[in-house]
Amino acid sequence: MEFRAANYRIGAREILRPLTLTVEAGETLVLLGRSGSGKTTALKMVNGLLAPASGEVLVDGRATTAWDPVRLKRRIGYVIQDIGLFPHYTVAENVGLVPQLEGWDKARIQARVEALLRQVGLDPHQFAARYPRELSGGQRQRVGVARALAADPTVLLFDEPFGAVDPVTRLDLQKQFLALRRELGKTSIFVTHDVREALMLATRVALLKNGALEVVSTPRAFLESRNPEALAFSECLDWKAPQS
Amino acid sequence: MNSGLLSEIGALTVEHLTLVLVSMAMAIAAAVPAGILITRRARWRPWVLGFANVMQTIPSLALFGFLIPVPLIGGIGKRTAIVALVLYALLPILRNTLAGILGVDAAVRESAVAMGMTGVQILWRVEMPLAARTILAGIRVATVTTIGTATIAAAIGGGGLGVFIFRGIASVDTTQILAGAVPAACIALAADGALGLLERRWSV
Repeated sequence: MEFRAANYRIGAREILRPLTLTVEAGETLVLLGRSGSGKTTALKMVNGLLAPASGEVLVDGRATTAWDPVRLKRRIGYVIQDIGLFPHYTVAENVGLVPQLEGWDKARIQARVEALLRQVGLDPHQFAARYPRELSGGQRQRVGVARALAADPTVLLFDEPFGAVDPVTRLDLQKQFLALRRELGKTSIFVTHDVREALMLATRVALLKNGALEVVSTPRAFLESRNPEALAFSECLDWKAPQS
Repeated sequence: MNSGLLSEIGALTVEHLTLVLVSMAMAIAAAVPAGILITRRARWRPWVLGFANVMQTIPSLALFGFLIPVPLIGGIGKRTAIVALVLYALLPILRNTLAGILGVDAAVRESAVAMGMTGVQILWRVEMPLAARTILAGIRVATVTTIGTATIAAAIGGGGLGVFIFRGIASVDTTQILAGAVPAACIALAADGALGLLERRWSV
């Protein structure tokens, strides 16, 4: 997967400046940046929710604009902060939706749903028939991840998926994410503004500022970067209030 | 009360219900698709809503009167009455269809698009089920109003329970007026209750 000088504009304002970046198979690239840095915009160009103003984004060697939009989106799992579970569908129906759209038979969907729920740490017997409103925030987020994995996508996109849960639940979800990555080895792009989360989950961190790419490095090298924006983020990790 | 009056109440109630059911079926068939359409075409919204709004502001007796000279749909009788009732019922259904669909959570819609659902799939599997309750509330309001307004159909020869009411007014006969008004009110209450139950059943 590759960004080739892909940029995005709203009117005359360039939200994302031409971005060139390759995402290697199996890696977790974390897009880190402040609010409005263009990280979500970059993410949405991968599954075609946004089309680049110029340049292109390649998925499996083909420009996103050359893909059939429905086929492209079904190959890519997408998890967002608000999760967007369908409130009128049960957990099982939510998770089984893409397989169902893909025309799988009932038995195969059910087996897949049960396996996925176990994979994200939810007991199918307990949760499959529940509705999203009957779940906690963390459980909903797990269902969101299971749904994104359902049709065995080649790429997973995460847009601040753990932003709205309490820190204890967040750590649980982050550990789950690492376990799933070991198990499945999927290529992922993960958007966050939380530098701790970025360093914990990333194989590489891409730092954006005002729509421009500042730094791309491994988490270890990121901590040693002299880039001012990288330093600003690193400071969030170890700054302590002076004792009075 | 004599048996002649009773059997006339029965006959006119059936006629009244027919007017309401036919009008509502046609109003739903027109207003729900039109409401869906204007969720997709924001530029048409003021025109479509404006038309339905104007229809609703015309006093109902005047609307029935206006239609009499109109060719094809006008004249004296049931057809004209039904056209007027349909025009009258459009607005609440239209407005609630629009509000119901636009009210679907943006995150839900975005994730539907991102999962690779087509526009038609999003409409039928996500937007319509989530908007159903609001749309039904609009249909409920329109139905109750139509049951009342349909009594005016008698003024242009459309029949229904209004026949009693107009006759009662002309002959200053309270019994006649009540013979029309009470069954009409009962139908309205029953319809309101039944649609209310359905609305609760459909809540998500």
